[in-house]
Amino acid sequence: MQGTGKNLAAVAIFFLIIASPHLINLVYAKAWTGPTEDTPRIRAMADKECIESEGWMRRNHMNLLLSWRDAALRDTDRIYVNGRGERYDISLMRTCLGCHSNREEFCDRCHEFAAVEPYCWQCHYAPEQVAKEGWR
Amino acid sequence: MLAKALTGGPRYYAWVALLTLLALAGAATYTHQYHVGLGLTGMGRDVSWGIYIGQFTFLVGVAASAVMLVIPFYLHDYKTFGKVVVFGEILAVASVTMCILFIMADMGMPRRVLNVMLHPRPNSILFWDATVLTGYFTLNLLIASVSLYYQARGDHHPKWLNPFIYLSIPWAISIHTVTAFLYAGLPGRHYWLTAIMAPRFLASAFAAGPAFLLLCLLMVQRFSRFDPGDKAIRTLAKIITYAMVTNLFFLVLEVFTAFYSQIPGHMTPFAYLFAGIDGHNLLVPFMRLSVVLGVVSVVLLVPSRTRNNPTALVVACVCLFFSLMLEKGFGLIVAGFVPNPLERVVEYWPTGPELTIVAGIWSIGLLVLTLGFKIAIAVREHEMAVQPQPQPQGA
Amino acid sequence: MTMDRRGFLKLAGFIGLAAGTACARRVAGPGSRYTTVDGAEDAKRWAMVIDMRRFNTAEDYQRVIDACHKAHNVPHIDNVRHEVKWIWTDTFEHTFPDQTHTRLPEALTERPFLLLCNQCDNPPCTRVCPTDATYRLADGIVAQDYHRCIGCRFCMAGCPYGARSFNWVDPRPHVDHVNPEFPTRNIGVVEKCNFCVDRLERGLPVRCAAASGGGIVVGDLNDPDSEVSRLLARHYTLTRKPQLGARPNVFYIVDEDVVRGEEEHVG
Repeated sequence: MQGTGKNLAAVAIFFLIIASPHLINLVYAKAWTGPTEDTPRIRAMADKECIESEGWMRRNHMNLLLSWRDAALRDTDRIYVNGRGERYDISLMRTCLGCHSNREEFCDRCHEFAAVEPYCWQCHYAPEQVAKEGWR
Repeated sequence: MLAKALTGGPRYYAWVALLTLLALAGAATYTHQYHVGLGLTGMGRDVSWGIYIGQFTFLVGVAASAVMLVIPFYLHDYKTFGKVVVFGEILAVASVTMCILFIMADMGMPRRVLNVMLHPRPNSILFWDATVLTGYFTLNLLIASVSLYYQARGDHHPKWLNPFIYLSIPWAISIHTVTAFLYAGLPGRHYWLTAIMAPRFLASAFAAGPAFLLLCLLMVQRFSRFDPGDKAIRTLAKIITYAMVTNLFFLVLEVFTAFYSQIPGHMTPFAYLFAGIDGHNLLVPFMRLSVVLGVVSVVLLVPSRTRNNPTALVVACVCLFFSLMLEKGFGLIVAGFVPNPLERVVEYWPTGPELTIVAGIWSIGLLVLTLGFKIAIAVREHEMAVQPQPQPQGA
Repeated sequence: MTMDRRGFLKLAGFIGLAAGTACARRVAGPGSRYTTVDGAEDAKRWAMVIDMRRFNTAEDYQRVIDACHKAHNVPHIDNVRHEVKWIWTDTFEHTFPDQTHTRLPEALTERPFLLLCNQCDNPPCTRVCPTDATYRLADGIVAQDYHRCIGCRFCMAGCPYGARSFNWVDPRPHVDHVNPEFPTRNIGVVEKCNFCVDRLERGLPVRCAAASGGGIVVGDLNDPDSEVSRLLARHYTLTRKPQLGARPNVFYIVDEDVVRGEEEHVG
């Protein structure tokens, strides 16, 4: 077989390209730091409990948000009642961001680490973003 | 087989390089549009579809026209088209490629395009259009490449391909009917609300598509050793003639209904296109030119003396192609939006970036067409080389 | 076995949901559920009556438009081609082009009317939408899901009222007053009046109606005693382009005083 060396080189280059994100991460990746819950509203809470348990929220928050969106927009269900019987207004901006008013530390930090770019912020305002921009 | 597309003379390379360059310019402009939005174009809240959707509509017709070769050859065993039918199929593939690109260019949220399949809505004609276009693309790509593959080995295409070939016939009709339904079923868009929209689309398609193909085949005849044959070209010219006469007849029908009924909603779009309304007349010269070119083409095509004269035929086909491109690829779409639902006249004119993207998409389409034709020509030339002494030739 | 209307709708909705989008299962924590806001249990049929007798000065129109556009972060874009409008004005002859003729009193033909999405019973926009990004709710409101819109603008070609706006440019820099409790839209989606569906479902008043000082009345057509039903029973009302079959739910009171016009309108 002629050109075996060339073929091997091509295969090596191919794998190098495929593996490049991992190789870059070996050098540059920062250690993961969890989200912080240090906001005025949460500080004031006696029982620092989200609408569901922390572990459940960490695993399912993205799907819960999608379900909230569809429930509110398509099925006119505007209330979420959790297992403890607490009722919540289905609203990202009022309910979720009402407590988690620290987008950078709560949302962005993990999303950047996981290299996901949710498009929420193209339309939804983060409370502190409005505060910073002074309601323009 | 694909390797045949990679070899050619300096003229071939220059042509491919030119198209690649234009395609890159289009891609760069599109990247810009992707980031800043469709505000880069001349469209607006009143004329919300423009030249992208116009070109898309026109090219669906060009794509559908392959059936004008497929029906005579496969259904009526008209052997004269045996060697050229694959060129029609390649033209269909190239045209549908452009159609899909024009739709993508027009979309506000191109990254969500799969929503059409993830959340399908059978009551939307756009859902059906996406379905029939991808289907037609697949069918023609399959038929063209399989039959070329077998022809390259000196064989006839395999039997299993026949059902796909027969399916492609109603499918070609469907793509243009469904595309006409995009427009013909909208309340309040008087210019489009006509039952002969689909027949009009088909007539113009079966004129413009074969005219473009005929010009391509004449070039093939000139620049390669493969000769599609004068008889094939003459038959094609006849098909074009019948289709174009029918198309002009349909246009007369539309004008009659609008102006004899004297219903303002039906008259105003025509008035806008051909005379202008209150000084709004951006499209008038182009639409008048379209009619003149169309009439010239018919005058040249109908008498057999001029139709069979190569020069006159070329002139007729060029006139016809541009006539229909202006009428269907531009005026038809804009006139659906003028006047707007509030009976106000807001005009549309494409911007420079918009036209650059249009040129880029056409270049990509012509590139697909060129590469496809190159392969098909190579297969034909190879056949001619082996036919005199039919011996199996080692690869 | 009997089933009330809501139960039926829920069942029908469930079957449709299960059949249509098997992947769209709703996510909820252990023991959690979704429900509507209390008091919004009965299926209503929302409609709007615009009492043109109450719109007499430019201010009457403007405060309604401002209330809506500020609450919903509707951008203010100067380029007319790129304008986004949820509620706006045009004259009688442009609002009702098929219900006008050359001998109508000028006070009427030149009189501004408020225009907005008609929340049609048979909306062409939802019929043509390829992704179900715009759809009609059981209470009659035609909703728009900006998360799903692909920006094909078929709905804009379909709407015979010009009620839909596309985001040709990034709207954010053009939002003059931010309401932080309501999102903006992004480049490339279509938007329109949402009839304050989010507020109606929470039992809150519709923004334009609240700001109109009685000129705009929103209510339930199913309830014969609602103010909209009573107004419709008593007055001559128009809807836009009724001949197209879309069956709008925005009605305009065009009584004698409107036709005659107030002093402010003439000239």
